[in-house]
Amino acid sequence: MNKIIEKEFFSPKVACFVIEAPRIARSRKPGHFVILRVDEKGERIPLTITDADEKAGTITLVVQKMGVSSEKLCALEPGDEILDVVGPLGRATDIHKVGTILACGGGVGVAPLLPIVQGFKKAGNRVISILAARSKDLIILEEEIRKWSDEVIIMTDDGSYGRKGLVTAGAEEVILREKVDECVAIGPAVMMKFTSLLTKKYNIPTQASLNAMMVDGTGMCGACRVSVGGQTKFTCVDGPEFDAHQIDFNELMLRLGGYTELEKEAYQHYFESSIK
Amino acid sequence: MTDEKEYLKIEREKEWRVELRNKIKNKERTDLLRVKMPEMDPMERIKYQDREVNQGLSVAQAQAEAVRCMDCVNPTCIEGCPVSINIPKFVKYIEKGEFLNAAKTLKETSALPAVCGRVCPQEKQCEQSCFYTQKLKKDAVAIGYLERFAADYERESGQISVPETAPKNGIKIAAIGSGPASLSFAGDMIKLGYDVTVFEALHEIGGVLKYGIPEFRLPNKIVDVELENLKKMGVKFETNFIVGKTASFDDLKAEGYQAFFVASGAGLPNFMNIPGENFNGILSSNEYLTRVNLMNAADNAFDTPVFKGKNVAVIGGGNTAMDSVRTAKRLGAERAMIVYRRSREEMPARIEEVKHAEEEGIEFMNLNNPIEYFADEKGHVNRMRLQRMELGEPDASGRRRPVTIEGSEYDIAVDLVIVAVGVSPNPLIKNALPDLKVSRWGTIDVEEGKMQSSIPELFAGGDIVRGGATVILAMGDGRKAAASMHEYLQQRVTSNEF
Ligand SMILES: Cc1cc2nc3c(=O)[nH]c(=O)nc-3n(C[C@H](O)[C@H](O)[C@H](O)COP(=O)(O)OP(=O)(O)OC[C@H]3O[C@@H](n4cnc5c(N)ncnc54)[C@H](O)[C@@H]3O)c2cc1C
Ligand SMILES: Cc1cc2nc3c(=O)[nH]c(=O)nc-3n(C[C@H](O)[C@H](O)[C@H](O)COP(=O)(O)OP(=O)(O)OC[C@H]3O[C@@H](n4cnc5c(N)ncnc54)[C@H](O)[C@@H]3O)c2cc1C
Ligand code: SF4
Ligand code: SF4
Ligand code: FES
Repeated sequence: MNKIIEKEFFSPKVACFVIEAPRIARSRKPGHFVILRVDEKGERIPLTITDADEKAGTITLVVQKMGVSSEKLCALEPGDEILDVVGPLGRATDIHKVGTILACGGGVGVAPLLPIVQGFKKAGNRVISILAARSKDLIILEEEIRKWSDEVIIMTDDGSYGRKGLVTAGAEEVILREKVDECVAIGPAVMMKFTSLLTKKYNIPTQASLNAMMVDGTGMCGACRVSVGGQTKFTCVDGPEFDAHQIDFNELMLRLGGYTELEKEAYQHYFESSIK
Repeated sequence: MTDEKEYLKIEREKEWRVELRNKIKNKERTDLLRVKMPEMDPMERIKYQDREVNQGLSVAQAQAEAVRCMDCVNPTCIEGCPVSINIPKFVKYIEKGEFLNAAKTLKETSALPAVCGRVCPQEKQCEQSCFYTQKLKKDAVAIGYLERFAADYERESGQISVPETAPKNGIKIAAIGSGPASLSFAGDMIKLGYDVTVFEALHEIGGVLKYGIPEFRLPNKIVDVELENLKKMGVKFETNFIVGKTASFDDLKAEGYQAFFVASGAGLPNFMNIPGENFNGILSSNEYLTRVNLMNAADNAFDTPVFKGKNVAVIGGGNTAMDSVRTAKRLGAERAMIVYRRSREEMPARIEEVKHAEEEGIEFMNLNNPIEYFADEKGHVNRMRLQRMELGEPDASGRRRPVTIEGSEYDIAVDLVIVAVGVSPNPLIKNALPDLKVSRWGTIDVEEGKMQSSIPELFAGGDIVRGGATVILAMGDGRKAAASMHEYLQQRVTSNEF
């Protein structure tokens, strides 16, 4: 049982939770995630650890409402308990000093990006962050990202905030303007795919953090398999970050859609039972 | 060994045993036919994911079967049991009608008799070594059924004996993983007075017994009773705790843990690495069974989804494959097929499971091997290509090697494929302990019989040492590790290390 200490909505669809998890708070590093199960009937869903407070024994999670599990989680309030939280999972980000880092976050992908931005900044890099979303109200964690970046560029699809355009437009401008040594991209699979194509053109080493479907998170089921450089890898133990230029994004996108129909059914069921 | 022989002899000469032996002539005993296990009707049972197929023996059936056992001078059956259960003793207690004593006898050596009675490959172990099989060429005494009977009787009687525990010695030890190896280890160590904590990565205790083996073969409530017992004896369980991730070995040492038993299983599913294997609708048996057994995905009230295929192909011929294909049938498959590259004789699954699967209408496509998968525009598998095989010369395992028949490829329609071609050791522990000696295959190297690894305070057993093996072998390892860890810790106590 893990108690919710704080909760805040960043937007109508994105909530931030501070949760009691002393052991995880102590062991986690940037790039790690947890798997949680809200209640007895819940599924196990992966969420990145956005931040942690070792002294207070808490971790911070940012979650976007997508379907049943994320809705259930977002319906919980401070004082409520989450049934199971396990972690930290995955391999930590390889944080090192290289010079200039371009950090691209799309939508809720900014949440997992934050600890990586922090890490690279603390390691003495110049960090340029690009936050992208469909519209203004979907831009999250802007202040926190600013604190750890030398420059922040905001891009919205509809131009309601920052500049109008996709993440790649902002990224290309920076690449053409100055030398970028490495790039990190986290967000929806399409966003990572096109960011990766762009940086490949300019030969910039790029890491992408994949949001593959997961069950156990310990390498036991293979639900999270992705093709990287022609080889099958398990995102939960070999990732979640991989060399973006080697990832088969098309396969990833197909696999992410695998359970869509069933999830719609589950959502329908959840919706009906919650109005009864 | 001589001690053991001596003990068996003393037990055998006890008055009650002699009396029972003299009551019925051996000739009459051997003329009796082996009992048939009452089973749920195949067409009825495939409607339920959670109803046990084998119904268990009645008191009369069990006693009649027990009469068949001749209480041999040289009980070869015991040699076939990896944990050397005193088989004639428990069987004779059943004949005599002292069922609780029969259960007690089982517990002298086995921590989970209700489980092993159900899932042991008896036909390759105790029953294979029974005098009936060996010398009389008749059906063996149904040792497994009787074991299950005694254990079930005890559980249902509500008079489970909670074993006595030695006074607490205050020494903290940890077991990693909560499968059969750890559970039997924990049971022995708590009896010796240690302060035992079992750490489990998942949210449920039981390892494969919970997430792998389905309800229709091993109901969870049977495992739960054993867990309750361990809890009553003082074993502590921490779920959602991955040793090496949630806390390191050093963290645990700093918290006072003096020794570790690693029984983290062989949880890593193998795939075949053939084209199209990552399409949707193709999953490992671990994923499929975990969704259904651990996450209750077949029940609409639970959030986790599972594909319910119409044409389901399961690749492999082991217990995992049988469990998957029979689960698929129960979830409504019209065709549920086993695709296996050898023939029925080579199948590693328990014979009873293969028989049950056949009764349930499972199609066996033996001597067939998948070579490629195809998918619809959404990336969901809709067809697979198979190649026919024939058997050639025996290979290293002694089984005849399957060889492909060139030009024999053909396609079949499938909408769900479950890959059950074996597992590899889970590398979590190895990754957390770079100094730990492991084999080429990633199994932990231990000193034979002692189960001690290259790190003195670290012992290991079960599938992480053997690769995918059996419940009873895992349990036996747990017991051996407990005995040798006890010896190791007592040495440290006498040299004042604590
Ligand atoms: C390593 C990792 C880190 C993640 N970090 C975050 C995060 O910090 N914040 C956040 O909001 N989301 C994160 N996600 C995605 C998040 O896990 C999914 O959005 C969530 O599981 C959706 O569940 P649902 O029931 O609400 O939606 P559903 O209706 O079940 O699904 C909506 C979509 O979410 C994805 N999804 C569903 N189930 C799973 C599952 N078990 N595992 C992975 N993806 C799934 C699929 O693409 C699906 O189509 C992360 C995913 C991974 C793999
Ligand atoms: C579907 C299926 C059917 C089977 N049928 C039979 C059968 O009929 N008869 C038979 O004899 N055998 C059968 N087996 C094999 C048998 O179940 C295994 O040999 C046995 O369970 C191995 O026991 P174990 O204790 O070594 O590990 P497991 O039962 O595998 O348990 C290991 C546990 O350790 C946990 N773990 C792993 N790493 C960590 C960590 N770092 N920290 C904490 N926890 C960790 C895992 O989550 C898991 O729960 C079957 C196996 C499967 C998969
Ligand atoms: S534990 Fe297994 S092998 Fe041993 S007697 Fe029981 S059924 Fe037979
Ligand atoms: S070998 Fe068979 S008949 Fe003899 S004691 Fe064992 S079970 Fe009984
Ligand atoms: S989530 Fe099961 S192997 Fe990665």
